[in-house]
Order: sequence, then C-alpha cells, then structure tokens
Amino acid sequence: MIKPVVGFFGDEQYARPRRRLFYLVLFLIIVADFLVSRDHAEYLWERLPGWSAAYGFGSCVLLIFVSKFLGHRAGLMRREDYYD
Amino acid sequence: MTDFVHPALIFILGALPIPFFTGLVRKSYLVLIPVLAIVAVMAIEPGSYGETQFLGQEILIAKVDKLSIVFATVFTIMALIGTVYALHLSGAGEHVAAFVYVGSALGVVFAGDYLTLYLFWEGMAFASAYLVFAQGAGQAIRAAFRYLMVHVTGGVVLLGGILLHGAAAGSLLFGPVEGALDAGAYLILAGFLLNAAVPPLNAWLTDAYPEATVTGAVFMSAFTTKTAVYVLARAFPGIELLVWLGTVMALYGVIYAVLENDCRRLLAYHIVSQVGYMVAGIGIGTELAVNGATSHAFAHILYKGLLFMGAGAVIYVTGRRKLSELGGLYKAMPLTVAFYMAGALAISAFPFFSGFVSKSMVIAAAAQDHRALVMLALTMASSGTFLHTGLKLPYYMFFGTDRGLQAREPPGNMLVAMGVAAALCIAIGIFPGPLYALLPYPVDFEPYTGVHVSESLGILMFTALGFVIFLRALDPESTISLDTDWFYRKGARAFMWFAERPLARYEKAVSDVSETAVLPFLHGSARTGMRLDLNGVDGVVNGVARSILDGGGVLRRLQTGVVTHYVLAMIAGLIAAILVFAVVWR
Repeated sequence: MIKPVVGFFGDEQYARPRRRLFYLVLFLIIVADFLVSRDHAEYLWERLPGWSAAYGFGSCVLLIFVSKFLGHRAGLMRREDYYD
Repeated sequence: MTDFVHPALIFILGALPIPFFTGLVRKSYLVLIPVLAIVAVMAIEPGSYGETQFLGQEILIAKVDKLSIVFATVFTIMALIGTVYALHLSGAGEHVAAFVYVGSALGVVFAGDYLTLYLFWEGMAFASAYLVFAQGAGQAIRAAFRYLMVHVTGGVVLLGGILLHGAAAGSLLFGPVEGALDAGAYLILAGFLLNAAVPPLNAWLTDAYPEATVTGAVFMSAFTTKTAVYVLARAFPGIELLVWLGTVMALYGVIYAVLENDCRRLLAYHIVSQVGYMVAGIGIGTELAVNGATSHAFAHILYKGLLFMGAGAVIYVTGRRKLSELGGLYKAMPLTVAFYMAGALAISAFPFFSGFVSKSMVIAAAAQDHRALVMLALTMASSGTFLHTGLKLPYYMFFGTDRGLQAREPPGNMLVAMGVAAALCIAIGIFPGPLYALLPYPVDFEPYTGVHVSESLGILMFTALGFVIFLRALDPESTISLDTDWFYRKGARAFMWFAERPLARYEKAVSDVSETAVLPFLHGSARTGMRLDLNGVDGVVNGVARSILDGGGVLRRLQTGVVTHYVLAMIAGLIAAILVFAVVWR
C-alpha cells in the first residue's frame, strides 16, 4: 500500500493528477477558511478569512529570499574547503 | 527507597556488561534494559529519594514530580527506539556510550540538587562525544574535539554559577531561581542555554551532530537539548529574556536551513528552530506555555529522532550525505520515505500528527499572553519548518533528480525503529489525551477546532505553493555556511599561528640571548664565586676554627681535675662578686 502512494508523489506519469490534486487542496483550504467560526479571534487579522494562506505563502517567499541574500550577499555561504 | 529504582542506574549499570555479550544474547539484553527503564519510570511515584549529605551540602539524588516524569518517559521510550535502530552494530562501544548518555540525561532530569545535576551533565557531554568520535573520519574527530571543548567550557561556566549561587543562596538544592538574577544565576543560565543550543551558543550542535555515526546522531538529537529545556523549565520559567531568545532561535534555525546542503546538518538546524519554541514557551512561563514547551519537547524527541533515522538510513545505504549528490531514492526505499514523511509532517505540525497538538499550545500561549510579534514569528518559523523538513529535504533526497544511486531499504531493525517512532507521531496527533495527562499542569486546551485546523493547513499548503513556484531557488548548492563556530575555529587557528610564529620566535630569541650572553656571564660569576669561596670564605672559616682550637688548648691547661681547686675558684669568685656588689652598688 505504501509503495503506490510514494510512487504517486514521485513518478513522472502522475505529474498532472498530482498538480490537480494540489490545486484542489489549496482551493478547499481557502473555502474551509471562510466557513469556520471565528468567535475566539484574538487579533484583527485572525478575523480575516484566508490570512493564514497569505501569511504562509509570504513567510515562505520571505524566508527563501532573505536566507539566500544572507548566504550570497552577506557571505554566509562559503566553499566546502573553507576551514581546511 | 525500596519502591524507587533510579532509571539512570538501570542504564549506567546496564551498560557495563554489554561488551561481554555477543550475538542474539546481546541484542535481547540491549532491548531489555530500555524496557526495564520504561517500566521503572511508569512505576515511579512523585517524591524525594536519596537524601544525603556531602561536604556539608544537602544532596538529593532524585526529586520526582510531574515535570521530571514527562521527560523521563519520553527519554526512555526514545532510548528503546534508538537502541532498536542501532541493533545491527557489531561493536559494543557505541551501545555502551549511548546507554551512559541516556542514563546521564535521566540523572539530570531527576537531580534534586546542583551537584548531582552537574555530575550527570558532564557525563552526558563525554558519553555523547564518543558517539561523534566513533564515526572515525578525521573530519568527525575534529568536530568531536570541538564539541567536547565547547561542552567542557560550558560545564565550567555552569559549575562556577553553581558555586556562586550556592554561596549566595546557602543551598545547592535545584529549583526555580527566585528573585532578581545574580551573577551565579546568570552563569547557570548561560550553561543551560549553551546546551539548549541558543544562538550564539548553537554552533556546537550543527557542527557535531551531522558528523556523528548514523545511529549516534539519533541519540544526540534527542537528549542534550531536551535535558537543557527541562532544566530551563525547572529553574527559569517566566524569564522575559528567554521569550526573545526562543523566538530569534526559531527563525535562526530556519534561515540557516535554507542554505544547508548536508541532510543531517539541515535537520540539526531544525533542532535549533524547534527548541526555540520550547525556550520561548518557558520564557512566557504561564501554565499553558510551560505545558506547551513540555509537550513540544515530548513530541519533538520522537519526530526528530525519526527524521534523523530516516536521513541516517539514506546515509547508511548510499554513503552520501549531501543533498546535491542525492535524489531519486523513493523507488528503492518507499518505506523509509513513508516513515520519514510521518516525522516531517509531525515536525511541520500537520493536523493529526504530534507536532500539531504540541506546537499549537506554545503559539496559543503566546497569543493568550498578548505577544502578537512572538506569535507571528513562531508561525513564520512553522512555515519554514515545513518548507525544509517536509518539502526541500525529502524532495532532493528521495525525489528530484534521479542520480542512479544503488539503494535498498535499510536493515529490518532500522525499519522497525522508524515504524515505531512514526506510529507514535501519528498516535499522539490523533489521541493527544495521554500526553496531555502527563503534563505538569492541568490542560484546558483543545487543538482540534475548525479555525485552528484550517489556519494550519492554510499556512502549510501555501508554503508548499511557494516551494513549487520557487523550487529552482532552493536547489542545493555545495557550500558550507558560516555560523558562530567561525569564532573559535578561526580563533583557534589564530591562536595556533600565534603559538607557532611570534611566541615560538620569542622563545627562540630568549634562548639565544641566554646562550650568547647570559651563559658566559653565569660561568664567569660561578668561577669568581668559587675563587672567593676558596680564598676568602674558607680563610675566615679556617681562622675561626684555628683560634677556637687555640683557646681550647689554653682552657685545657687551666683544668686540673681536682675538686678542691674548683671549689677554691668558686669561693674566690663569690668573694669577688660580693666585693663588686658592695663597692659598686653602695
């Protein structure tokens, strides 16, 4: 049972259904976010449906580019023999 | 006392006979010891055990309460899983070191006073260092020496703090530090923060863990940092500094993970990040926050152990550790992929996995305590966690470009260990009740609310969208990243340069001067001294001796040996004295 599931995420032949499934999940999450009750929201932004999706995407992009900036421009990334 | 068997003792004494067993007997014995320890922890009753006196100080070998029981429970479970994972090893050394390491960690968790704590603290450092040394390659041995030196330094700082604190407080009993922090408390805190790998004291972890043996790293990922979390929760709950250190730490680990190419070093940076949640939770210090930190430590040990086991299996099978050299393994190792992903989804806090029920508690505690910034930063770190551990690492390790590597599933014992850990990650996620019941404070928290589930999925799946879009930007690069170990690695080199160049040159110059100028002078003065001695001093000494001899001869002639002569002399003396008295005084 495990092998086909892992295969679904790896094999080239499932690339299209995989992508469709992914977009479907994203869509359903947004829909669900509009439907859930938000009685206990502590902060303003928490009342906004879909804020978490935007924040998740934004965080991801920010982390990638800030890190790569620090790595390449600020000189954190060095050749592997740096300490030798 | 009879109803209490110290679990640390089971491991440490249990480690001694390992080298004398072989084959199936050793394997059964290795599994038996952690099982016994689990039973001992389950049977343990809260209370104080082993009170005694040492150097006039109160010693409390074991103080058992709910907080120590949670940590002891997960430590013994992880010890069993880690031991099963390592069962295929033929040598006894790593097993012995791992048992002493686990035993020492349990010793710290139950320690009721600072001296007992310190003893086991050092035991942990040395036993765990062996797991890095055992890897054997030059790179690993150098990393192990650095690891050991950092921990020994941290130990000295801790000991200094303990002595100062003991002198100020008048007691070495281990408990919450009360009132304003004094110098002793700060040193203790620094010692603890070093083991918790709080930046800038984090580099030992990401330096040494990826160099450890495949099986050793599994143990290391579980014990040192979580013991530190335990002692922080015990001694420093509610310290504001910890909130900010923890928050920075959560993001620090995630940022470095983006740059990392070594699969286990990437996971090690995520230990830093995850321990950040725990440190922040302890800093917030409310009941919910400490519960969150504790439950997160519990869940973390299992899923991080699982992730290290998965990455270790890949290294074991392929002999490669760089993401830029891995890929396409999913066909050959589907079970490893599945188990690894259970750990990855757990660390990313997907609903129905263990991280979800523990991490959300810390974030909820931050929100409840009106710390919006902390909450947002920790949420951002969750996004980064999924990005690396859940997407980047498995993509480049198991999927991605097929490098045509010869691979197979790892040995059965490794798969069993991963399977058990994966099952626990899922079981805790679905049924958090038993874990919540173990926590130090009563739990009034429901992780599975509609909004919480949809928000978590929103953050995670849209992180995945970001990953898909910017996949090329994340391609691993064959580089290493500079961390705070730069200071002592380069510092040590500068020190060696100083010792080999200016210092050695100075030493040579000094010896040259002494050979050309000082030595002849010394020779000359020694010769003069001898002449002076022979002619001057000896002459005086001889003269004195001769006059004493002559004086003795004169005296000898006066001595007749006849008593009446002496009596006569005495009477004459007496008369003379009376005359002197009469004439001079009167």
